[in-house]
Order: sequence, then structure tokens, then C-alpha cells
Amino acid sequence: MSYLELLSRFAPETIVVITALVVLGLDLLVLREEPLRNRLRIGAAFSGLGCVAAAAWLLAIAGSAEASSPFATGGMLVDDPLTRLVKVALLALGFFAILLATEGNFTAHVGEYLSLVLLSVVGMMLMVSSTDLLMIFIALEATSLPLYILAAFNPRDPRSSEAALKYFLFGGMAAAFTLFGLSLVYGLAGSTNLAEIAVRLADTGRGPDALLPAALALTLTGLAFKVAAAPFHLWAPDAYEGAPAPSASLIASGSKVAGFFLLARVMMVAFAPVAGSGTWHHYAAGWMPLVAILAGLSVVIGNLAAIAQSNVKRLLAYSAVAHTGYALLGVLANDPRGVSSLVYYVITYGLTLVGAFAVVSAVEDREGGSNLTDFAGLGRREPLLSFCMMIFMLSLAGIPPLAGFFGKFYLFAAIIGGARNLGWLWLVVLAVAMSAVSLYYYLQVLKQIYVLPEPERTAKRRPPMVTKALVGLLALGVVIFGCAPDLLLRPLLAVIHGRVF
Amino acid sequence: MNGFPLITLLTATPLAGALVLAAIPEGRKQLARGLGLAFAAAGLFWAVLLWAKFDSSATAPQFQERHVWIPTIGAEYFVGADGLSLLMVLLAAVVTPIALLASRSIRERVPLYQSFTLFLQAGLFGTFTALNFFHWFIFWELSLVPAFFLIKFWGGPNRSAAATQFFVYTMVGSVAMLLSFLAIFWATKSFDFLELAEKGRSGELAALLNVRIDGWPDLTRREFPLVIFAGVFLGFAVKVPLIPFHTWLPTAYSEAPTGTTMLLTGVMSKMGVYGFLRILVPMFPEQMRIVLTPLLWLAVATIVLSACAAFAQKDLKRVFAYSSINHLGYCLLGIFACLKYTGGDATWSLQRSAALNGVLLQMFNHGLTASLLFCFAGFLEERGGGLRGIDQFGGLRKVAPIFCGLMGISVFASLGLPGLNGFVGEFLIFKGAFPQATWATALSVIGLLVTAVFLLTVMQRVWNGPLNERWALLPDLTWRERWIVLPATALMFLLGIYPQLVIGKINATVMLMADQLKF
Amino acid sequence: MLAWTVYISFIGVLAVLCLPERMVRATRAVALVAALAGLGLAVAGIARHGLDGSMTTIVKHVWVRGLGIDYYLGADGISLVLVLLTGIAATAGILFSWNIEHRAKEFFAFYLALIGGVYGVFLSFDLFLLFVFYELAIIPKYFLIAIWGSTNREYGAMKLALYSFIGSAMVLLGIVAAYVVAGSRTMDLFELAKYPFPESFQFWAFPLVFVGFAILAGLWPFHTWAPGGHVAAPTAASMLLAGVVMKLGAYGALRVAMTLFPQGLAIWRDTIALLAVVGIVYGALVALVQTDFKFVIGYSSVSHMGFVLLGLMTINAVGLSGAVLQMFSHGIIAGLLFAVVGRMVYDRAHTRDLGALEEMGLGRALPFAAVTFAVAGFASMGLPGFSGFVAELQVLIGAWYAFPTFAALAGLGIVIGAAYTLRALQKAFYGEVAESRSGAHPPLPPITLPEKIGAIMLVTVAVVVGLYPKLLLDLIGPSFYSPLFDGLRAKGAF
Repeated sequence: MSYLELLSRFAPETIVVITALVVLGLDLLVLREEPLRNRLRIGAAFSGLGCVAAAAWLLAIAGSAEASSPFATGGMLVDDPLTRLVKVALLALGFFAILLATEGNFTAHVGEYLSLVLLSVVGMMLMVSSTDLLMIFIALEATSLPLYILAAFNPRDPRSSEAALKYFLFGGMAAAFTLFGLSLVYGLAGSTNLAEIAVRLADTGRGPDALLPAALALTLTGLAFKVAAAPFHLWAPDAYEGAPAPSASLIASGSKVAGFFLLARVMMVAFAPVAGSGTWHHYAAGWMPLVAILAGLSVVIGNLAAIAQSNVKRLLAYSAVAHTGYALLGVLANDPRGVSSLVYYVITYGLTLVGAFAVVSAVEDREGGSNLTDFAGLGRREPLLSFCMMIFMLSLAGIPPLAGFFGKFYLFAAIIGGARNLGWLWLVVLAVAMSAVSLYYYLQVLKQIYVLPEPERTAKRRPPMVTKALVGLLALGVVIFGCAPDLLLRPLLAVIHGRVF
Repeated sequence: MNGFPLITLLTATPLAGALVLAAIPEGRKQLARGLGLAFAAAGLFWAVLLWAKFDSSATAPQFQERHVWIPTIGAEYFVGADGLSLLMVLLAAVVTPIALLASRSIRERVPLYQSFTLFLQAGLFGTFTALNFFHWFIFWELSLVPAFFLIKFWGGPNRSAAATQFFVYTMVGSVAMLLSFLAIFWATKSFDFLELAEKGRSGELAALLNVRIDGWPDLTRREFPLVIFAGVFLGFAVKVPLIPFHTWLPTAYSEAPTGTTMLLTGVMSKMGVYGFLRILVPMFPEQMRIVLTPLLWLAVATIVLSACAAFAQKDLKRVFAYSSINHLGYCLLGIFACLKYTGGDATWSLQRSAALNGVLLQMFNHGLTASLLFCFAGFLEERGGGLRGIDQFGGLRKVAPIFCGLMGISVFASLGLPGLNGFVGEFLIFKGAFPQATWATALSVIGLLVTAVFLLTVMQRVWNGPLNERWALLPDLTWRERWIVLPATALMFLLGIYPQLVIGKINATVMLMADQLKF
Repeated sequence: MLAWTVYISFIGVLAVLCLPERMVRATRAVALVAALAGLGLAVAGIARHGLDGSMTTIVKHVWVRGLGIDYYLGADGISLVLVLLTGIAATAGILFSWNIEHRAKEFFAFYLALIGGVYGVFLSFDLFLLFVFYELAIIPKYFLIAIWGSTNREYGAMKLALYSFIGSAMVLLGIVAAYVVAGSRTMDLFELAKYPFPESFQFWAFPLVFVGFAILAGLWPFHTWAPGGHVAAPTAASMLLAGVVMKLGAYGALRVAMTLFPQGLAIWRDTIALLAVVGIVYGALVALVQTDFKFVIGYSSVSHMGFVLLGLMTINAVGLSGAVLQMFSHGIIAGLLFAVVGRMVYDRAHTRDLGALEEMGLGRALPFAAVTFAVAGFASMGLPGFSGFVAELQVLIGAWYAFPTFAALAGLGIVIGAAYTLRALQKAFYGEVAESRSGAHPPLPPITLPEKIGAIMLVTVAVVVGLYPKLLLDLIGPSFYSPLFDGLRAKGAF
């Protein structure tokens, strides 16, 4: 095919790249003299324009018949309705992160910041489209490298650089492991295309290979790092805490969505023949037991560690680890329902996290810190913000009728239905039990906000309108997706078509 | 079937009175006393009307009213009166006004006192006329509440403990009874006393209760019905009371205010005996026969031991309390003796009727005399400024001759002097019981003797002998007080000389009861 | 129409939140109107409902098509009785909270939200929807206790929230498993009840779901949240907690666990009945030795709920309807008891220690409270003439059919109940006050009109239902013959 065709198929990515360059150029060349506030606003406006344009393109072609079939470019990338839906979500999350950045004052390098965000989003979009090992690696790096830098963007806070360094070192290690794993896979399968790998692995004429477990484990390592599954989560608390709020929200939401999607695709497509089984009494070697262990560890470690936290950002980080555990249940279901539940969960989770980080950043601006005690009495001072925070916390805890509850319900239904005679029940019991425990630390945050009395009044900065609007919108979204899950579920089920990827 | 709701009116009148009086403010003492008396008089009026209209020859309960109440558990509003009920209703109706009149010394919260007393009367009326267990149990339990409060608020120094002990003790018995009745319902699907009596007589009740229970594998044929019987028995044994379930009584009687004690001893204690006659004997004749010997022993123990205990008391009210236990023991002796022999033999029928007539008479008579005795004790207490020890008085006959005379009549009636009402009942009981349960009756005579001894001792210590100087100025009975006790005293003479007045009405019922015991 | 009970409560929440903070009177009025509206709707619903055990469908929409979840609200006799209870308890609770000044707006908002959730549970016939409302109710409870409570409130609130959440987590697990096993097609209660779940599945699914619900109902030994939680909660919340929320657990156990898994029920029946009886006796014994007035009532609630659970286990018509009637009766009576202890006594005397109260001569100082407590106490100990007697009678009859030994032990609980109630009554109100001391306390504020109205309302209901229980039994009894309980009837002795 021609490059023009390629470009038109991947127009959204192109649009975003162009936007990134435009924003960068604009800021560096034209807006140097403007006050920070204006530079941010103009930059955000253009970025937003680009994101919206890309999303509009994706939604517009969604209806047309010719584009609803998957389109593979020589086995490297695919463009099908499911991918498009996820890309829209990624664009939205990126846009929200940018909105959050408009009110920040942590850096003077506006253009760099915004363009890095956009480029990271491009990387995420590539991640969800990748169907080839090399492409996967490129996309992973394309996403991660900007994120490392984004984490370091607050020069005034030493924790920012520390976070970025840890994130980078850890990520680099993980990337190295992943590459090694991918190379082993290539060696075993003789191809880098996911579908072909599956075919080769299915052909067990040569008997099981000793290298396969190693390949599996190493690949999984890199992917697990991306989604912050225990025990590869150690970067998360520091990154969430140290990075400036918009960066953290992008890390927590966008890269999670993309990472999960990729993990699911790789496991369920490429390694489909070696799925194995982790169900009770039916153990068989494969990626399922490994993922099950990851899920179990994440759920336990994430929840238990979160109980001990006194800083809300770190609390959110450990809770993110726990939620990774829940989401992995969707992967373990290994059927279309599982994929649908996974996508639903991570998208709504992403929205919730962005909102939570927005509130946290507002509190950080006022109080200078984001410890639990900094939230004391917030309910009296900022009723809207507090109410929305309550929605976010309760959604994370899994209280109906919010999106988090439905997501968890759907995940549990998917995984229990995924194996005959309810074999996954042991894992679900663990997840449910830990989920019950999680209410404790979410209530701690709410306790600070609503129950404890406010400290002495000093004139504080009011949070900006943009933050409030964003938070309100996201909270509304969480409630709506919780009360009417069909809004997201219907399109999702339509594009999944009853087949896996 | 549902004629003029005489019994409902009977029960509703004191109930309405209680509600009206509860609303009266505390200061209007005279008004409260007047109203209380009026309602009690109205109750008496209904009772006398019932008496007058009662057909002496019919055996089935009369003035029946029957309405469905809670079908799922077989509860009905079912009332009726046969000879036994009638007698008890009359007793309650007679004693209550006297009790109210004797409560002049109550000066605090008078309206509430009157209200509770009327409430208690309503409970008594209800219990004596109910013919369905659910309905009966409501009134049985409900009468506990006003009694509790009456003791608690207006009683003597130890009243809190007395009230609580009274309530909890009786409640234990009631719960045991409730559980047993639930088992009966489970077996027969019925709470109707008449129906259950029928089943009891024919042995069907025992047969229905004769089941193996999961978890109680060792029950044989007759043991489960015995267990159920024991539950019901406990409920009534506590109420009568039968030794050894009597320990609540002396404290309660002595701590309660005089008017309440009159009602407690006069009527409430009869609830226990009534229960025996109405429920226990008709439904569980077989079971009672199985444990007859122990029962007779208990009756004898009640008679003899309480008399001895009375002899040892120094507090006047306690003497009379134990004496009450003693007199009710005779009732139980009579009942138990009747169970001994089955068969339709004419002589046994005769003995049984005699004994049962005696039991009913004794119930009525004792009710009358015992309440009057406590009334007098109350008068003495008021005059003595709260003292009631028999050793604290002496020779009061010299200063209060009329008091002595009238009290003496009651004491002799309680003793069983021929010519007064107490004699007839006791005589008939002994006459009927002796052939049937000889040794028990013989032993009970001891009780008679000891009773005579302690009652005369009381008379001696309090009224006769040298005058205790302290009481030289003791006022005699006022005209008001005389008029309170005179009607009852007259009744004592009347019934002593002409017991046919009562026997005539109750005989048919008694014959029926005796007849039913032949199985 | 009955669905409006739910909607009005939530609209009430919004209305209250929109009012400015200082308009406390308006806030109270709005809340009261919302509660009364709910009560009125409940009464109207009962009046219109047929007595043949049928179920009226109020609304049924497809909700999440992909998963077969419907927005399905309906009402049968049992629902109606419990909705009525909620209406009465809610109104009384608001009347007894008339004096709340601190953050009144948020108080009534949380209160109405809790009520809305409770109405929703009683009216849901889709399992997912029922669970949504059930969990929804946990959060307002936490805040009500944590912000406006008294002794140890933060600890009590967190313990209650976590216990409830763990219970509902267990239920969620069971529900999802049942949904999947039945083919992942529907969450309709009627459809699921018809599905023949395999016995091995029911063996663990039943106790999971039942205990998950029964934790909230105070099943021994999972009851430990209850006394502390009730004591820590403010009066209105205790009234709702003991009066209605504990019934949510029992209702869930009946409506979900017992209908879906009758075979599982048959297996675990004796064990649970034993636990229920232990709860009855244990709760009563512990209540007997308490020194804090409110703890006495808290433990008595555990004891009375034991009767409900025992009644549920009898699986015969008499026992089951007795259990539902006891739910209603105890709701009213517990509400009354907590109202007296919390609002009438504690708010004025500022102590709940029975020893301290004994010296205050409250029988004289607060005669209305004394009488109300006496009446409530007698009702609580199951004295005939009040609703508790009929309910306990039915449960005991039912228990005689099923477990005679347990019936006898339960009777023991009644006796101990009389003892601790009398003890509390004596000590709190009618203690022996030395003459010199009785004047030493400053006069206590009199009982206000809203309190009197609330108390009279509750007492009247208890007496009316006690004397004429047919009113409610006619609704409850036939409900057990609906198709929903087919499996249950097959397993029991109907």
C-alpha cells in the first residue's frame, strides 16, 4: 500500500504528532514573552484541538462500512473498531491531563511539556494498534520515554527528579528484560507477528521447548511493569508521589489503559496456545498461572500497603496496584467477555484516577502537601471538590451505583464464567476479600474530608475553575457510567463481536 | 351464639376506668377515689347481673362470645362463664371495691393507684372468663404489670426487690407454660380450652403429644406429654403457690400496699387454682395420675409447712401470707385427691363432687376472709405508724373492742369455725378427700391444728393479755372503716350458715367436673 | 407508585443539600415531608394491594442489556410490611432528631439517602438492583455515625462499615457465582429461583450468601459490630440501624439466600438455627450485665434478631410469617427504646451509666420518658397485647415444629429478657433516690413536642399490631405461597 493510504488510516496518530510539533514550535518561537498562564492556555487550546480532531476522525470513520474491517499493515499495526474505541479513550485521557496542566505552575517549559504529553499519547495509540513484536517494543518505548521525562518536570521538588529517575531506571530494566523475552519468542516462533507466533507455538510437533517459559516470563515482566502489577510495581508509589499532578494522572490513566490492552492482546493472541490453566485443581503451565500469580500478588500487596499510607498520592499508587490485580482478572477470563470487562474497567478507572489526581493537585496547591491531614475539613471549604472526591473514592472502593462497582461486577462475572466449574473462584475470593478491605483506606480519605473538623481558617487560594469543571465532569461521568453502564457497554460489545481480538 | 356481650362489658368497664383514671391529674385525690370506686361498683353490678342471670342447671359455659382474631395461630376472642368462672368473677368484683376503700392511706399519686388497681381487676375478669389460650394468656400476663407497679411505687421499704422478684418468678412460670401450650398447639392445632379439654379426656391429647422428637431419642411413650404437663404445671404452681415455688409470696405480700395485697391474696392467688381446674386437670388427667403421689406430698407439704412457718412469723402480714399459702393448699389437696380413682362408681362421684364443691367454696371463702384479714392488718399498721409486729401490740381489746371483735370474726372464719364460711369449704374438702387420699388428708389435719394455734396466738398476742401502754390511745374502728368490713363480714356469716346460696349455682359445674374425672 | 418512596427520598437529599446551611428549620421540614411522603405511599400501597400473595410489578426496564440486568421494582406482602416499617421508623427518627443543630443539612441528607437505599432494597426484584441499593446504604451509615455519634464514634463507624462491606462482599461473590452458573443470562429473582442449582454448588453458595446478609442481621458470632455501632450512633441513626437496617440483612437472607438455594438451606438449617438460639440467649445474658444503658438495648437487639433468624429457619408457614412480623415489631420497639435512651435520657442527663442514672430520679423528672420506656420495655419482653408477643409466639410455634429443643432455649431467652428489661427500667428511672439527693440535680429540660409525637406514634403502632396482628399477617402469610418461594416450600413443612 502507499504511504498516503497508511497515513490516512493512521490519521489520528498523524494529527496528534503534527499538533505536538505545532504546539512546541508555537511556544518556543512565538509565545516566549507571554505570561505563563497564557502560554499554557494557548498551548492547551491547540493540543485540545488536535486531540479533538483526532478523536472526531476516529468516531467519524467508525460508522463507515469500509473502515470497519481490520486493516493490517504488513502485520505491524491493526486498525479495527475496538482499537479505535480505545484510542478515543486515550485521547480523552490525554486531553484531561493537559487540562489539568493548564492550571499548574510547576514548570516554565510549557511547549516541551505539552508536546511530550501528546507524543506519549501517540505512543499509547501505537501500543494498542501493535500486532508485531518489534512494533510493540517501539510503541512501549515511545510511550515510556516521554513519561519518564514528564515525571521529572517539577524542578522545585527533589522528589520529582527522584521519581523520574526511579521510573526510568526501573523502566529501562524492564525494557531490557522485555526485549530479551521478545527475542526469545522470535527465536522460538521464527516470526514477529503475533498471529503467526500463535500458529508456530501451536504446532507442538517438536515438543515443549525449554525456552518457552523463559520467553513468557520475560515478556510478561515488561508488560507487567507497564501496568504496575506486583511485584513489578515498586516504581509506582514514588512516581505518583513525585511527579507533577498532570504527569501522574497520565501515567495512572493513559499508560494503564494502553498497557492493559497490549498485555491482553499479546497474551490472548500470541500466546494463546500456551495459555495453560490456573484454575483450582486444574493447573497447567502457561501464561495463565503466571498472570494469576501477578493478579493475586497485586491485589494483596496493593491493598495491604495502601492501608499504611499517610500520603494520598502514594495511597492512590498502591490502590492502582490493587486495581491492576482486579483488571488482570479480565485477562484471565480469556474470552470476549473478559476483554470487554477489562476495557470497560480500565477506561472508567482512568477517568476516576484523573479526577482524583485533579482534586489532589488542588489540595496540594492550597496546603502545600498531599498528606491525609492536608485534606482535613475539605468538606466545609470546597463542597464541590469534596463531593466529587467522594464519588471517586467510592467508585474505586466499588460502591454502587458508581462505575467502579459495575466494572468489578462485570470482571467477576467474566472470570467466573470463564472456566468450567468455577475454577477461578479462589482468585475471585481473594480479590473480593481484598476489595472489602480497601474500603478502609478510602474511608480514611473521606473521613479526613468530611468527619474531621477543619483547621483554623487562613485565606487560601481557591482552586481554579478549570480544575473544578474538570473534576465535576469526570465525577458526572463516573456516576453516569455507573448508573447506565450500557452507554459504554453497548458500543464495546458491538465492536468485540463475540471474538477475541 | 353471641348474645348480649355481658362478659365483654364486664371486662371493659374496669379497663375503661383504668384509662380514665390514668388521665386524671395528681392533685384530684377525692375525684380519683370517687371515680375508682364508681368503676369498681359498676364492675360489681355486672358481676351480680351475671350471677342473677346464670342458669344453675346448665353445664356448658354461658354468655359465650366468640370472634375470630388471628386465624394463623388459632387465636379467638372466646369468652364464657360456667359456675367456676362465675364464682371467681364475683369474688374479684366483691374484693376490689373493698380493697379500694381500704386504700385510704395511699396519699401519693392516687389516680395512678386507682388506675392500676382497676387494670388489675380487668386482668382478673379477663382471665377468669377466657376460653381460648391466646386470649387467656394475654390477660394472665397483663395482670402482672399493674401488680408490679403497685408494689413498686406504693410498697414498703423493700419494695423494688419484692416487685422484681414477683414479676420475674411469675414470668418464669408463665414462659414454661407458654412453651408447653405451643407444643400443644403444634400437636392439636387448637388453643380452645373446651376442645382441648375434650381431647384431654379422651386421651387424644396425650396421644397427639406422643411423638419422637429429633434429638431427644430416649423419650418413651409417655414422657413427652409429661414434659409438656410439667411446663403448664410450673406456671400454675408458681401462682398458687405450691411449695417449693412459694418463696416470692411472703415478701411480695408484706411489701405491697394493703389494698394490693388484698387483691393479690384474695383473687390473684385464685388464678393459680383456677388454672388447675380449668386447664391442667381437664387436659392432663393421665399425667396427673402418673405423678399423683408426689403431687399429694407437695400439697401436704404446702399445708403443713406453711402453717408451721406462719407460726414462726413475727410480722403480722407475713403470718397472714403464710396462712394464705396454707389455705390454698387445701384446695390443691382436694383437687389432687379427686384424681385418684377413676371409674363411674357412684360413691366416688359423690366424694369427688363433695371435694370439688369444697374446693370452689374454699376459693371464694378464703378470698373473702384473707382479704379482710389483710385489711385489718392494714388498719393496725396505719394506727401503729407502720408497725406490724405481733409482739409490739398487746391487750388492744381494751381500747378497741369493736376492732377486736370484727377482726376476731375474720380470724375465726379463717380458722374454720363452724357457722362461719371457712368451715364449709374445709369440711367438704376433707370429707371428699379422706376416702380418696386417706393418708394425705390425715396428715393435713396437722395443718388445721397448727393453723388454729397460730391464729389464736395472734389474737392472744395482739388483742388479749395486758395492755401495752404505748397503745393506750389507739382509736377504735371509725364508722367508715366499720362500714367497709361489715358487708364482707355479713357475707361470711351468711355463707357459713347458708352455703347453698353458692353451691346452688356451682353445683352443676362441679358435677360435670367430677363426672369428667371418671376417666 | 411505590417506587416513589425511593425517588422522593433521593429528591429529598438533593432538596436538603440545596438549602443554605443556616436554614435549619427549613431543612428539618423538608426532611420530615419526604419521610411522611414515603410513609403515606407505603400505607397507600398496602391499601391497594391484594391479599392473595401476588406480587405487583411497579416498574421493569431493561438496564444493562448485555448482562441481562433489569431495573425491576415490585412489591409483595413482605415488601410492603417492611416498607411500612421503614416509613414509620424514618418519620419517627426525624422527629427525634429535631434538635440537631450541628451540620444539620448534611445529617438529613445522609439520613434520607440511607432511607432511600433501604426502600430500594425492599422493593427490588432484580438481584443486581437489590445489591446496588444494599451496598448504597453502607456509606450514609458510616458518615451518620462518624460525624454525629457519641462514644468511640470513629471506631464504631469504621467497624460497622467494614463488617457490612465484608458481608456484602460475600453476598456479591455468591450472587455473581449464581448468575454465572445459571447461564449469565438474567438477574431476575424469579428466573433465578426457578433455576436448579446443583447441590454441590448450593452447599457453599448458601452459607456464603446467607451469612453475608446475616452479618447485618446480627447473627451470632458475627454480631460484634452491632452493640458498639448502635452505641456510637446518634439516636436517629440507632433507631434506623437497629430498627430497619438489621432487617435488611434478614430480608436479604430470606429473599435471596433462601429462595435461590433451598437445598443449601436444608443442609445448613440446623447449624444456623443453633447460632440463632445462641444469639438469643447470649444477647440476653450479656444485656443483663451491662452498665451502659444503650448497650443494654444494643444487646437486646441482637437477642431479638435471633428470634427472626430462628423463625426463618423453621421453614413453615407459621414460623416464617412470625419471623417477618418480628422484623416489623422489633423495628418499632427498638426504635422506641433507642429514642428513649438516646434522645430523651442521654441528651438531657448526659450520661448513660446506669449507676449514675439511678441517682437522678428520672422517674419523677421525666415521667413521659419513664412511661414510654416502661411500655416499650414490656413490649420488648414479649408481653401480650403488644406486637412482640404475637411475633415471638408464632416463631416459637414454628420452632416447635422444627426444633423443639431450640424452642425451649428460646423461651429461656424471653425470661432473661424480662430480667434485663426490668433491671434497666428500675435503675434508669425508678432508682431509690434519697430525699436529700433528688433536689441536687438541676431540672432537666422537658420532653418536646416532636419527641412526644414520635413516641406516641410508635407506641400506637406496637399496640395496634399487638391487638390486631391480622392487619399485617394477612399480607405476610399469602406471600409465602407465591412462585418465588416454590423451592422453599418444597423443602419445608408447609
